[in-house]
Formats: sequence, structure tokens, C-alpha cells
Amino acid sequence: MSDFPRWRYWVVALAMVLGLLYAAPNIYRPQPAVQISPNRDAKVDATLQKQVATDLDKAKVPFQSITIDKDRMLVRFANTQVQLQGSDTLRLALGDDYTVALNLATTVPHWLLAIGAHAMPLGLDLQGGVHFLLAVDENAVLKKQQQRYLDDIRSTLRQKQIPFDSVSLSGDGVQAVFKTSDDRDKAVSAIDQGTTDLAFTNSRTPGGGYALLANIKPAVLQKLAQGTITQNVTTLRNRVNALGVAEPLIQQQGESRIVVELPGVQDTAAAKRALGAVATLEYHADDPNVNPQEAAQTGNVPPDDRLYYMKDGTPVVLKKRVIVSGDELEDASAGYDQQTGMPDVNVTLNSAGAARMLDFTTQNVGKRMGVVYIETMPEVKVVDGKEVHTTKTTETVINNAVIQGVFGKKFQTTGLTQQEAQNLSLMLRSGSLAAPMDIVEQNVIGPSLGQDNIRKGDRAIVLGLALVLLAAAIYYRLFGIVADIALVFNLLLLVAVMSLVGVTLTMPGIAGIILALGMAIDANVLICERIREELRNGSTPLASIRTGYEKSFSVIVDAHVTHLIAAVALMTVGAGAIKGFGVTLAIGIIISLFTSLTMTHAITALIHGGRRKKLKTLWV
Amino acid sequence: MEIFRHDLNINFLGMRKVSIVISAICLIVSVWAIAIRGLNYGLDFTGGVLVQVSYERPVDIGEARSALMKAGFEHAMVQSVGGTREISIRLQLPKNRDKKESPDKLAGAISKEVLSALQVGHPGAKLAQAPDFVGPEVGAQLKQSGIYAVIVVIIGIMIYLGMRFEKRFAVAALASEIHDTVITLGVIALVQREFDMTVLASILAVVGYSINDKVVVFDRVRELFRLTRKARTPDILNRAINNTLSRTIITSSFTAIAMASLYLFGGPAVHGFAITMLIGILVGTLSSIFFASPLLMWLGVSKKDLMPVTRENPELARRP
Repeated sequence: MSDFPRWRYWVVALAMVLGLLYAAPNIYRPQPAVQISPNRDAKVDATLQKQVATDLDKAKVPFQSITIDKDRMLVRFANTQVQLQGSDTLRLALGDDYTVALNLATTVPHWLLAIGAHAMPLGLDLQGGVHFLLAVDENAVLKKQQQRYLDDIRSTLRQKQIPFDSVSLSGDGVQAVFKTSDDRDKAVSAIDQGTTDLAFTNSRTPGGGYALLANIKPAVLQKLAQGTITQNVTTLRNRVNALGVAEPLIQQQGESRIVVELPGVQDTAAAKRALGAVATLEYHADDPNVNPQEAAQTGNVPPDDRLYYMKDGTPVVLKKRVIVSGDELEDASAGYDQQTGMPDVNVTLNSAGAARMLDFTTQNVGKRMGVVYIETMPEVKVVDGKEVHTTKTTETVINNAVIQGVFGKKFQTTGLTQQEAQNLSLMLRSGSLAAPMDIVEQNVIGPSLGQDNIRKGDRAIVLGLALVLLAAAIYYRLFGIVADIALVFNLLLLVAVMSLVGVTLTMPGIAGIILALGMAIDANVLICERIREELRNGSTPLASIRTGYEKSFSVIVDAHVTHLIAAVALMTVGAGAIKGFGVTLAIGIIISLFTSLTMTHAITALIHGGRRKKLKTLWV
Repeated sequence: MEIFRHDLNINFLGMRKVSIVISAICLIVSVWAIAIRGLNYGLDFTGGVLVQVSYERPVDIGEARSALMKAGFEHAMVQSVGGTREISIRLQLPKNRDKKESPDKLAGAISKEVLSALQVGHPGAKLAQAPDFVGPEVGAQLKQSGIYAVIVVIIGIMIYLGMRFEKRFAVAALASEIHDTVITLGVIALVQREFDMTVLASILAVVGYSINDKVVVFDRVRELFRLTRKARTPDILNRAINNTLSRTIITSSFTAIAMASLYLFGGPAVHGFAITMLIGILVGTLSSIFFASPLLMWLGVSKKDLMPVTRENPELARRP
């Protein structure tokens, strides 16, 4: 057919091949596995591989393979039953040096992974696991910041010797009252030098005083709120990583909520404890008279000192006395050194902490000072059949730097890479400023239900699709079969795009796929009906095909665009299930436009246009 | 193969008085059902209590569910957790409960009732962990986001149709859309089907589906108005409905086949979705034949309304 440009055939063919390739990984079901990752200085190597194999053999747990992937090890099992036994065995055998977690290993062939083709991750409703929704109490952080500005203003006024009647909290800001307007003006310029975060308003008090209201600027408040969420997300990520969950989802939802989804985790209580851990910070002096390596080997530590470890396993010996603790830390942010341009972390202490820090640094320039990050996690252990509630405390040194000069309120930690600076500032903040979080929603989804859902959903979709394909083929004959091919590729392309983008497949998502396929069917029905109409009106077969496509173009586009508007609205406004539905529908609609208009036209043109002889009838 | 004769010419517009009266009755009953009986909101919207129970012997989920039904806990969501001896139950707060009680106390009291209901068949059943209260505030947030979504969907579609067709088409489409949605919701309220997130998702799908049907008929109306020199509006509308009737029925039945398969074999998780879609498809199909076009006529659509657009926009004129 001359009116169908050749390049479009290539586009259609390319889309079909890519669709097949990128949808393919989804037929490879992931295999139950156990993931072993090292803690501290433990190593994943051939020795461990041998040990794991003997441990499993001893416990008579059959495994399929043990592979090392970078710094973690995967042990694959035939089914989930054996997988559970295996993880229990290994957890006992390997102890605290390794984190043993249930995982699903991909069985997708390497050549597919090499071209970036992945299987769609399955949602919690399909895979099982726990879902938490946490509400972050931003007000607590705001109150803390407000208090900080109050302390700042008071000490600034004292330092500059500006007389004032009172300084107190008021609404979202701080109110200071002066005897004269002159004092007030002086105060404004003095405070403004220290910080640019505040906006000032003047007023008179009923008692005749001159009041100054310093409010935190909205932009600063917004930054503060966003920072609070980001920081809580990071804290949660660290804690979830400690749980060893395979593919956790931790993301912000709305303004002040965080969603945590842990696939495969069944023990809500354990997960909840991990998420609800409390973190604090302590600054300790380093003891230069002790060799930490030696102390770690012999266990000989002076009575005033304690042996700590850094995250990479390096031992550090610190004095027991605390210089400054986390609640005295006001702010920590990563930035760049003004002079050298190197990454650094800026720390601000409150006045009490600043006084002690000044005291300490005056006497200890050139020595080291360590920051200990302490996390307390409630734990339940079963001892002699009884539940015993204990707490598990992990203490890690996150930084041990040389004191370069005397400092008090504000100081910088330098000599870090940009990544290290980011991490340190986040850890400092999560140990001091983290906003309290409440779990407002939790769901446990059993994997049995998940598997059942998948099986039933798969069966229902395959059956529904088969019935519709059959009906279309019977009713529209050759054109029905062409429409069927397009419909199948519509599904393939949809799955391929979802896999590429990384959309998580959920039950509402499956519903979205079905609706998108319905739209594609409708488009094909519209085209076929139009062609029939044209034939009845006496047009030649070729002309009927051409006018059929032309005349149904506008209605198909209109219908698809209206649906797309709906889908995009659901995607952007809706939450959770509604959103998932919207995303799938939107992708499906765009693909349906392509398969219904371009793909079927290409196939039809190929069938009917190639023949030299004139077409007498159309099989529609 | 054809099911419908192509020269079919049923005078649908002639029945407009009857059809509109039927529509009006359905609307009134639906609004009554939604207002008086109310939607039976599911756990997603109301919040509730999560109770986890462990057994000494393996337990059948269906058995636990019927035990709870007997004790008056309807719509309890029972799921197995991990193995076969532990189940999790999520249920709504009974309506007669004093809402002022502290959530923990309430959760404790309900979990006791649940446990005693389950212990009838399995004396060894015990709480696996302290019951948790799932706050309703999240439900309120989700509900609001759903309502916002519907409003945004309606406005977006209105603007698009106003641009592509004419404002009266947009109004008629919107009215039919509301008509379809309200009646679908009305049926759900009438049979007191649980209204959860999947039903909400399918309501949104019904809105899209219903508008799709109207777009197809209206597109034909637009085309016929532009093609025909002299014709009375009712005749044009009738021809448009008859010309697209075959497509309307075929598409509806194809979609209905898929939904029926989902309903019958998709498992309980998609029941709500499938049944709501089926109702929506039926209502949407009927309303595009019997409701939308009479409405278009009463709004006074005529050939003139559609012609100026084509002069202003030569691109549109080339399209059918």
C-alpha cells in the first residue's frame, strides 16, 4: 500500500523485537535464596563458601548453588521451605559477623541482564511482606530550632551588651522586648549579622516596651521540613539495611509521611523494633597513649578508656568521659571549606555544649576527638520458653579527627570526601535532631496469599485475554486476527516498558493493564466497524481500509486522550493503589495508541498491499 | 459475521421521555441509597485493629473466617502469616463502640472478643503479639486524595472535550459521567458491598470508560452534523447512535468478558474491582444510548455549533 511509508514498518518491527526482548525477563521466576553480607571486618571469600557448604551439609539442608557477587554471597534453594531451614541454620552458624537474610535470586539469563532487561519487581500484595506508614513529627524539630534561635538571640544580646527586658518564645518565632527603640535597632543589626534565617517585625507592647518579633523565614521553615524528612528516610534506610532485607522500599509520601515496605519480612514486631530504634551521639577524647590495634588484640584497655570500632572494623580507644552529647548538637551540615574548597561538615553546638567544647579544645589541640554513634534497639529473646525483653545497643565510631585549633560553638570537620561528608552530617543529625516518628499504618501480607493472588491473577488475565482474542477472531476474521496480534504485542510492550521503568506490579496495576487492553480492543473494534461500513457503502477494499483508518483516527485519539487525562490525574493526585493504577493505565494508553493505529495498519498494509492483483474482497 | 444488521434504525430519541424518566428514577434511588444507607467503607478508609493469632495445630483460613462471621465480625480480613499456624486478622471497629475509649484499650477489648470466637473451634489459639491499632487518619487522607482525583479527572476531561467538540458536548458528557458514576455508586451502596481501594480504583476506571463511550457517539454526531446539509437534530442523533450501536455493544461485551473472567477466576482480591466494572460497563453503555444523546438534544445542539470551529481551524476540517 503506497500510502504507508516504509520507515513505519521498521518502527513497528523494532518495537515488536524490543517488546519481546524486554518483556522476556518476566517469565523467569526468581528463585528462593539466602543472602549473606559481612558485618565489620568479616570477609566473604572462598573460605566462607566452604564453611557455608559444610554447615548446610551437616544440617542436611539441600542447596543448589553458592555464588559470590561482589561483597555478598547468595545461596540458592529449591523452594521456600528449604530456604527457611537454610537461613535458620546459617544464622546460627555464622553468628554476629554476618547478616543472613532471605532473598530472591534472579534466574534471568546473563545476556538479557546485559542489555538492561529486568523482571518487574512485584508489589507487597503479590509477594508478601510488611508495609509501614510512618508519620514524622516535624513540630518537634521546629520547636527545637525555635529554642535554638532563642538561645542565640539571648546570648547575642548579652555579648553586644544591648539591654533588654525579656526574650521569649512566641508563635513560630522569638519575641524580644526592649526599653527604647534605639536598643531594638541595635539588636536587629546584631542578630542579623549572626543569621539570615529570621524576618523581623516591630511592635509596641501594652506596657510601653519596644517589642521585636523574629520569625523564621518561610523558605527556611520549608528547607527545615524537607531536611527533616530526608534525614529520617536516611536513618530508616540505615536501620533497614541492618535488618538485611533484600529489596526494601523507603520513600517519602505526601508532606510528612514515609512509606517503608519490606518484601519477604513476616515478623512485624522485629521490623517495628528496628524502625523504632533510638539514636544518640557522644563526643569523646581519643587516648593517644594506647595503641588501638594492640588493645583490640589483647583486650587490655585502661580503666578510664573504652575500646570502640569504626564501621570498617578499625579499632579506636576513647576516654570514657563524654565531652558533648547529641542533644547539645544544634546543627550539622555538609559543605565546602571556605579557604581550601574541600568538602567539610559544619557542626553547631548549643551554649552549654559550646562552653565545654571550648574548655576541652583549649587543652587538647593536636590530639584526636572521636564521635560515637549509639543506637538502642528493643529486642525480645526467648530464653527457656519465656520472652525476655532486652535492649541491643550498637556503638560505632563514625569519625575520629585531629583537633586543629581551639573552638566552641561552631567547628568544621575536614579531610573527608564529599560522600563521607554527606554521610557524617546525616549521621550526626540522625543522632541528635531526628524528628520522632509514629507508625500510623501497618499491614502484613502473607506470602501464601501473595502466591495465590499471582496464580489467580495470571490465570484470570490469560483466560480473559484468550476469550477476547477468540471472540475478536470469530467476529472480525482476518482483521480480528490482526487486532489480536496487536493486542498481544500491546501487552508485551506494556510489560516491557513497565519492566524498563521499574514499575512495581501490584493488583491495581494488573487492573490497569486490563483496562488499557480494553481500550486497545475498542480502538480495533472502531477501525473494523468503519472498514465494514465503508465496504457496505460501495468503496473498494483498499479504499475502505484507507478511509476506515482515517475516519476512526479522530475518535480513537479523542478517546485515548480523555483516558490519558484521567490516568495522569490518578497518577499525580492519587496515592497508593490509585497511583499504581494510574501509572499502568497511562503507559498502557500510550502503547495502545501505537499498536492500534500504527501496528495494525502496518500488518494490514503488509497483507493487502503486497499483492499485485486487485483485491476483490476483504475478510472482515 | 455480524450480530446487528447494519441498516438498523431504532428510534432511540423517540423513547427519550421514557428513558430519561427511568434515568431520573435510578439517579434518585442511587442518591437515596448513598445518602441513607451510605457506602460501606472498608478497612482502608475506616482504620481498625490488627490481631495476630497463633495456633497449636495447623488451621484453615476459611474456618477461621467463618468462626469470626458467626461471632459477628463481618468483613474481617484473615490472612496466613508465614506458616500454617499463624494468622493475621484485620477488622474494623464495630460501629457501636465508644470511640472515646483509648485506642489501645479498644484494640485490647476487640482482640479478646476475636480470640474467644476463635477458641470455640481451637482451644489452643492465643495472641501471637499485642494487638495493634491502625489509625483511621490515613484512611481519611486516602479518601480525600481519591475525591481530589475524581474532581481533577472530571475537570480535565471537560476542558479537553470543550476544546475538541463544543461546550454543550462537554456538559452532556459531564452530566452522563456523573449519572453513570452516581448510579454505579448507588448500586454498591444498595447492596452494601464493601467500598475499599480496589472499588475506588474501578470507580475511576468506570468514569474513564463511560466518557470513552460518549466520545465515540459524540464523534459520530459531530461527523454527521458536518456531512449532512439539512437534517433535524433528532435524526442526526438517532443515526449516530445506530451507526455506532454495533461497536458500542461489541466493545462492551469484549470488556465484560474480560471482567467476568477476572471476577470468576481472579480471586477475592479483585472481586470488588471486577463487579464494579461490570456494573459500570452496563450503566455506561445504556446511558450512552438512552441518556447522553437526549441530553445533547435538550441542550440545543445544532449544525451551526459545530461549523465555525472548522473554519477557525483548518486542521480539524481535514479530519473526518
